[in-house]
Amino acid sequence: MFSYRPALLLLALLPFFASCKKDQTEPDPTPQPEYGSVNISIANTVNGQPLVLGSQDYVNDAGDTFRVNLYKYYISNIKLFKADGSHYAEPESYHLINQSQGGSLSFTIGNVPAGDYTSMTFMIGVDSTRNVSGAQTGALDPAHGMFWTWNTGYIMAKLEGTSTRSPDPSDLIVFHIGGFQGANKGIRTVSPSFNSAVARVTGSASPTIFLEAELAEWFRTPNAITFATTYNNMSVNATNKMLADNYADMFTVDHIQ
Amino acid sequence: MNRRRNILYSLLIMAASFTSLLGGCSKDPEIPLPEPDPYVFRKPANFPEPVYNFANNAVTEAGFKLGRKLFYDPLLSRDNSTSCASCHQQVSAFAHTEHQFSHGINDLTGKRNAPGIFNAAWMPSFMWDAGINHIENQPSGPITNPIEMDESLPNVIAKLNATPEYRAMFAQAFGDDTINTQRMFRAMAQFMGMMVSANSRYDKHVRGEAGGELSPQESNGLDLFRSKCASCHTEPLLSDFIPRNNGLPVNMQLNDSGRAQITQDPADLYKFKTPSLRNIDLTYPYMHDGRFWTLEQVLDHYASGIVAGPTLDPQLSAGIALSAQDKADIIAFLKTLTDPSFLHDHKFSEHAVGHEH
Repeated sequence: MFSYRPALLLLALLPFFASCKKDQTEPDPTPQPEYGSVNISIANTVNGQPLVLGSQDYVNDAGDTFRVNLYKYYISNIKLFKADGSHYAEPESYHLINQSQGGSLSFTIGNVPAGDYTSMTFMIGVDSTRNVSGAQTGALDPAHGMFWTWNTGYIMAKLEGTSTRSPDPSDLIVFHIGGFQGANKGIRTVSPSFNSAVARVTGSASPTIFLEAELAEWFRTPNAITFATTYNNMSVNATNKMLADNYADMFTVDHIQ
Repeated sequence: MNRRRNILYSLLIMAASFTSLLGGCSKDPEIPLPEPDPYVFRKPANFPEPVYNFANNAVTEAGFKLGRKLFYDPLLSRDNSTSCASCHQQVSAFAHTEHQFSHGINDLTGKRNAPGIFNAAWMPSFMWDAGINHIENQPSGPITNPIEMDESLPNVIAKLNATPEYRAMFAQAFGDDTINTQRMFRAMAQFMGMMVSANSRYDKHVRGEAGGELSPQESNGLDLFRSKCASCHTEPLLSDFIPRNNGLPVNMQLNDSGRAQITQDPADLYKFKTPSLRNIDLTYPYMHDGRFWTLEQVLDHYASGIVAGPTLDPQLSAGIALSAQDKADIIAFLKTLTDPSFLHDHKFSEHAVGHEH
C-alpha cells in the first residue's frame, strides 16, 4: 500500500530547505570557473563518400572492388589542448564507434573548462591499462564483440566485408586489429589538425568538432594492401601492424562549428 | 580547558573499563570463539600476497554464492548442456580426472587437458598458453570457445536476465538487478578466487603445524624435489606459471603450438604454462594434452624422455637425473600435496547450490 505520509513530511520540510538555500546564495568573492562542453561528430567515408554498409561497391587503390558489412572501432583517451599547451582530458574516455548504430557516431564531452581549444589527441583503440584490468563495462563491455576472449585484449578496430579479389571461399575480407603491447600492437595515438580553427568553449557555447574517418586509408599508406593477398587478420602479427599503421592517418578534422 | 580535560579523563576511564570487560569475556571458557566468516578471503601464512586485488571486488556471501551458481550452471553454454563444472570437478581439485581432453557441447573434444582450479588468485595468467591475463576475463574463454561452451556473451546475459532467481541474486550481490558481463565475471572471480588450497600435509609441514609430519621417504622426496624440480615448480604455489617447452615430443595430429598461438612468436613454439603440482595425485592425466596417466610416466619423461628442440627450456637440456628410488621418493612427496579440506569444502560444492537464501 502506498502511503502519503513520507510525501507529506517532505512537503512540510520544504520551507526549511528553501530557507537554507537562501542563506547559501551569498555573493561568492572568487569567480567560479566556467564550464561547457564539446561535441564530437564522426563521419565514416570511403574515397570521400559517406560509408554505406552492405550495398555499396567501393574500390581500393589496388583496384579491388569491395563492400563493407561491419565497421567498428574504439576511440579513447581524448584530450583537448589550448594554445598554451594546457589540456583537458575526458574522464572514462572510451567510445565505441559503430557504423550500424548512428547514435554512436556522435557524443558530447562535458565539464570542459571554458577556453579556446586549438588541438586534440586521442587513441584509436583502448589503452593497455584497460586491457589488463579485468572485467570492464560500458563501451568496454566484452559483449560488444570487440574483445578477444582467448588472448585477452580489445579489438581496437574491426572491418568486415567482401571482395571478389579475396581468396576466401565466401569472398570475405575480415580485419580484426588488436594487441595492446609489443611492436605489432593495434593502438595508435593520433592528433588530427584543427587547421587553425578554434573550438571555443564557454558556459553557453558548445562547439562541435566534425571528424572525418577515411576508410580507404586502411589499405593505402604506408602499406598498399590488395585483398588478393591480405584479406584476413585476427591476431597481433605483422599484418596487424601494417593495417594499424595505415589507419593511423585516417582521421581529419573537416570543420569546427 | 578543565572541562575538556575532564571529558578526556572520563572517556579514558570508559575505554579502560570497556577493554577490561572484553578481557573478562575472552577468559570465560563458556563463550565459544565466533566461527570465522567463510566468505572472507584469507591469505595462508605461507603464501605471498595474491595477484588478484580483492579490494576492487570485495568478496561477499551474496557475490560468492552467485559466482558458485554460475559456475555450476549449464545455462552458460549455447545448448544449456555444459557448465564450467562439467570439466572442473571438485572431487579432482576442479580438474577432470580420467579425461585426456576437455569435452565441450555436442561431445566435441578439445585438444588440451582441463587443469584444476585452486589458488587462482595468485595466478598471473590463465589457460595453458597463458593467453588470458586476468581472473575476471578467464571465464569468457571457455564460454565463447566453439568447442567448449560455444555461447555468446550477449546470449548469456539475456538468459540470465530472463531468470528471476538470477535477477534477485544479482540484486543481492550488487545492490540492483542490473545484469552485465562485468558483474557476472566479478561474481565468478569471487567464487574462484576464494578457492584456496593451502592445507595439504606439505603446507602444515612448512608452517610447522600439527598434522604436518612427513615420513622419511616423503621428507627425502621433498629434498629431491627442491633440488631438481622447484626451480620451475616454485614453492609455495608449486609453479612460477611461466610458459615453457618441457621437451615433450610434439603430437603432430594435434599440432598445438602452445604459447606461440598467442604471441605469434616462433620463440614460443610448444611452450605451455608450468602447472602447479598441488593436488597432483588427483588431477591425472598429466601434461597440457593429458598424455601421461601416471606420475611415474611423468618422471620417466623428465629423466629420459626429453626431446631437444630450439625452444626447449635450457634447464631440461640434459634431462633430470633421477634414480628409481629418487622417483619413488618424489612421488611419495607429491602425494603430500593433496588437500582434503579443499576437496571436501562444502561451500565450493555443487550440493551447496540452490541453498542461497
